[in-house]
Amino acid sequence: MSTPLTVAPAPLAPSTDQYEAETAELTRTYASHGGVWGWITSVDHKSIGKRYIATCFAWFALAGVNAAIMRLQLARPESHIVGPDRYNQLFTVHGSAMMFLFAVPVMTAFATYLIPLMVGTREVAYPRLNSFGYYTFLIGGLFLFVGLYTNTGPDTGWFAYVPLSGPEYAPGKRVDVWAQVVTFTEIAALVAAVEMIVTILKMRAPGMSLNRIPLYVWSILVVSFMIVFAMPSVAMASTMMLAMDRLVATHFFNRAEGGDPLLWQHLFWFFGHPEVYIMFIPGLGFVSSIIETFTGRKIFGYPVMVMSLIVTGFVAFGLWVHHMFATPIPQLGRTLFTAASVLIAVPTGAQIFCWIATIWSGRPRYTAAMLFALGFIVVFTIGGMTGVMIASVPFDLQVHDTYFIVAHFHYVILGGVVFPLFGACYYWFPKITGRLMSERLGKWHFWLFFVGVNVTFFPMHLLGFDGMPRRVYTYLPEMGWGRLNLLATVGSWVIAASVIVFVVNVVRSWTSGVVAGPNPWRAPGLEWATTSPPPAWNFHPVPVVEGRAPLWESGDELPVATGLATDRREVLITTALDAEPDNRHEHPGESHWPLAMAIAVGVTFIGAIFTPWAYVVGFALSAVAFAGWGWPRGTHPEDELAPGKVPDTRRSA
Amino acid sequence: MLLQLPSVRGAPNQSVLESSGPLADRVESLWWFALITASLVYLVTMGALWWAAAHARRREQRGEELPMDDERRMTRGVTLAVGATVVVLLVFLVTDLSVGRTLDPVPRAHPITIELTGKQWWWDVTYADTSPQGRFTTANEIHVPVGEPVLFVLNARDVIHSFWAPNLAGKKDLIPGYTQSMWFQADTAGDYRAQCAEFCGVQHAKMALHVIAEPPEKYAQWVAAQRAPATTASDSVAVRGREVFLAGQCAMCHAITGTSAASRNGPDLTHVASRRTLAAGTLPNTRGALAGWIVDPQQVKPGAHMPSNQLPPSDLDALLTYLQSLK
Amino acid sequence: MRRSYAKCRSLDSLRSLGMTETVVIPSGARSATSRDLHRAFGMMLLVVAMATLTSCKRETRRFRESPPSATPGGTVRVSALQPGALQDTTHVRNVYEGNAYAVSEGQRLFNWYNCSGCHANGGGGMGPPLMDDEWIYGAGSEQIYTTIVQGRPNGMPSFAGKVPAQQVWQIVAYVRSLSGLNPASTRSARTEHMMYYPGSQALPMETSPKQAFRPPAGEMP
Repeated sequence: MSTPLTVAPAPLAPSTDQYEAETAELTRTYASHGGVWGWITSVDHKSIGKRYIATCFAWFALAGVNAAIMRLQLARPESHIVGPDRYNQLFTVHGSAMMFLFAVPVMTAFATYLIPLMVGTREVAYPRLNSFGYYTFLIGGLFLFVGLYTNTGPDTGWFAYVPLSGPEYAPGKRVDVWAQVVTFTEIAALVAAVEMIVTILKMRAPGMSLNRIPLYVWSILVVSFMIVFAMPSVAMASTMMLAMDRLVATHFFNRAEGGDPLLWQHLFWFFGHPEVYIMFIPGLGFVSSIIETFTGRKIFGYPVMVMSLIVTGFVAFGLWVHHMFATPIPQLGRTLFTAASVLIAVPTGAQIFCWIATIWSGRPRYTAAMLFALGFIVVFTIGGMTGVMIASVPFDLQVHDTYFIVAHFHYVILGGVVFPLFGACYYWFPKITGRLMSERLGKWHFWLFFVGVNVTFFPMHLLGFDGMPRRVYTYLPEMGWGRLNLLATVGSWVIAASVIVFVVNVVRSWTSGVVAGPNPWRAPGLEWATTSPPPAWNFHPVPVVEGRAPLWESGDELPVATGLATDRREVLITTALDAEPDNRHEHPGESHWPLAMAIAVGVTFIGAIFTPWAYVVGFALSAVAFAGWGWPRGTHPEDELAPGKVPDTRRSA
Repeated sequence: MLLQLPSVRGAPNQSVLESSGPLADRVESLWWFALITASLVYLVTMGALWWAAAHARRREQRGEELPMDDERRMTRGVTLAVGATVVVLLVFLVTDLSVGRTLDPVPRAHPITIELTGKQWWWDVTYADTSPQGRFTTANEIHVPVGEPVLFVLNARDVIHSFWAPNLAGKKDLIPGYTQSMWFQADTAGDYRAQCAEFCGVQHAKMALHVIAEPPEKYAQWVAAQRAPATTASDSVAVRGREVFLAGQCAMCHAITGTSAASRNGPDLTHVASRRTLAAGTLPNTRGALAGWIVDPQQVKPGAHMPSNQLPPSDLDALLTYLQSLK
Repeated sequence: MRRSYAKCRSLDSLRSLGMTETVVIPSGARSATSRDLHRAFGMMLLVVAMATLTSCKRETRRFRESPPSATPGGTVRVSALQPGALQDTTHVRNVYEGNAYAVSEGQRLFNWYNCSGCHANGGGGMGPPLMDDEWIYGAGSEQIYTTIVQGRPNGMPSFAGKVPAQQVWQIVAYVRSLSGLNPASTRSARTEHMMYYPGSQALPMETSPKQAFRPPAGEMP
């Protein structure tokens, strides 16, 4: 086990026939049922990743429509396009969908597709759990938008502060929809995080020690750990405490009975602030990948980059109170959280400097993906600057809950999440579809988006100084906020136009784009060592890694490891630190039980809005799904203990 | 970028950058300091990015190899940049904390104390006093003397609200079950608009409050007038209006001292005619606006708790006359 | 176990082994996908339609009634007894029945107008409890409306002219929800105040407090 992996001096050089026979066998092993049933039962991380990405973008579009309606309403003072009741639903669903159904899950979705390819393995860890996570997420998203379109959209803000969202002030089932959507998405996020941690730590290609994994993989590893620690906080607060207060009259948040409305805020922001970093740390990973490829050199300062990611992940948990400076917080506490909020700018700053150094010493090619990566630096840094400002308590107390904050976090999220994400779309689209996206449309998309974002959100800084609070459905004409609001609305049309260009580009390129080939960008990562799109088994033989940029360092000769079974879904398990081959593990095949389980969960949580008995029914349904999921499938002949045969104990080591 | 700000001149004053008191003043200078620092840092960073791209292009045009041996130079550059970031951030932190410390303590032992209670969607204002006769209640309008610190005791009846008068001080949340306090001081006379800054439900957008800073002697006059019970109706129309008020729906929610109407559900109307606005800073206090507000409040603030009042025209007229007599 | 890693093979040779650069999208797969989409879309429509049916009444928020609801107080029949031939009793339908917002408004007004002063939070005090299944003057919407507007002997005052009809109907919807006559999904589980007694919102009928108030027999309807 401790013997280092050696590359045989004389390759086995299997004959073409042998390779073809193995490929044919893999095709049989990974065969899908085909049709609808195949779609339902698929556990292929690429199939699930693709629909995950598409689903996230669908929610993005719907939540964007909400934003467009809100901007229309605010374009003029005292306009009557939507009333306050509808407006409150629109902005709440906009925020909730963008946070819970787009920004975090789209990162999960890309990771589901990319991580196994980038670490050079055949599958994601726990493929059935992955399928379950997707279906849970899908049900949650459908539930939120069905709620909105049936006048049951949550209307108390994406933060749902009690007592406004409590049983007395939020009649009906609107807030319950919100609470359960949060639960659905948290479940999906948690299972994805667990899969990612295991995939990254235990399933890397031989030789890909922790100091050689791509920065994007690092960012997903950090984020997955953050999810594991942050999400339970909000899941507990929304599912258990808020939903129970509303359904069975517990008193978690009722001050009169010894509960505490501030408890909600602490639990929510203990999740809510790390959430921001959970969204944009993968964005940093995207940018690192893109800049690396399009400057043609390895990212400068790899250890600094990795340490920055990890430090950000830790410090992100020490900032949440800066959302609550206007509540009773002792001065020492405020000082501590101010200091932490200011200093978290250091690791991000370090990354930006490293990228600049990389560009300086590289040979940048300005493709659409690269433009989005640079746009990220330009836009996100503004959000970072205002972020440092509002860490200051006196200044925050002036601009907190005003349009200044709206401007700030749109700069952070559009800059830190959406710019890198669009860049990632251009960058990995050829890997996913086999075809390149149009660069010409891509540049249109970039410039429209860049202009649109700045025209929409920059004026909002000024509106905040002019005293315009957030979450208002209208304002009085004499306040003088009309001009800047109109400007922002015009900007929102430019954003809409850019997104339409993007959609056109995707559709056209998917059907008739230029065929890409395995590695159109001359990129260094392992995901480019297989065909585009990759086969169901990703790699056969499994690649072996000798450096941080395998495809650049190994020239034409990529070392590979053979010996993984082709007659079953076998993956190679490697050690966590050094990625030495450790074990072989058979993965389960296609299954419809994850969907059944997701439906059981869906019935439970949706039913629990109306009656606590749903949990009893849900328990029974889940038990059935569990039984089906875990039903013994028999063992592979090779694994059976023949009489007199000594079991291979090393396998379980 | 702030050249556009003068667009709000002449509008109700609700701007962070037109401070009228020591608290907002200090925050404003902190902001300019932060803006200048951040702009410099931003420009330097973007300049560096631009320069890096240009450098790479020049090298490419000259056909030079990638300068892998420049790692040391780059390490030095990045280290320097990170160090500079840390220094700038520490300077900002120290400045900010020192400003923050000066804002908390109230600079006087027994300041004027105002109990401010947030309710969906208006402000209940009670001026505290050592004697019960000295206490009085009004709504949606606060008068303060110029040059004197005023202490606010904040509470909420239903959900969380937030009191924010940008010209005077930062905001503070009004949380049901918690009593918070804050203070400010107005240095120049004027009408400063304040608005609820924490989302509080369907009419969050129309929950405003006017802070009127005036010279001490004018303030004293105002206090004396507010302490007095309501004017008694003199002419017959006003008397009829008073009857309409007391016999009908109005008295179920509103109070007028000196009459049998004493409900605390809605704003106190004892001196309603002396106020500048109606419906929590939404309408000007004119006879027409008052009539519209009484007859169809849901048109102005959909979802507000004031129900519509279908009164016969003569009754409405009398009621308006009566309410307008409550100076 | 077999563990024979470490075999070299160049990328080019990989390609020559069948991993070509062309992309083949099997036509069968695509048609299956579009069929999926159609079905999924149909399912979604069905779900939306069902959700609309169940939620439209519960979730509507009618802020502005125009024209304001007529006052049917005068036409409401308090007693089923009547002289002469049998007539159809017209029932007034409360539009707020089953509407969560109206029930919550009713709850607020119940406290604002001091109904709680006599009826407490439904448990009864000076006045009869409203959470049990005994109704002295009837449990119908129009009967409760009449009780509120006209008052009843021995204590229940008349709120005629004091509370607009719209609000009376909201209070009616809330009062009926106290004893479970309104769908449970429209009711809020609790208020943000002290509970009258623990778990009063979910008290089963047999343990509900027996009313302390009962009018003289002669005044029972």
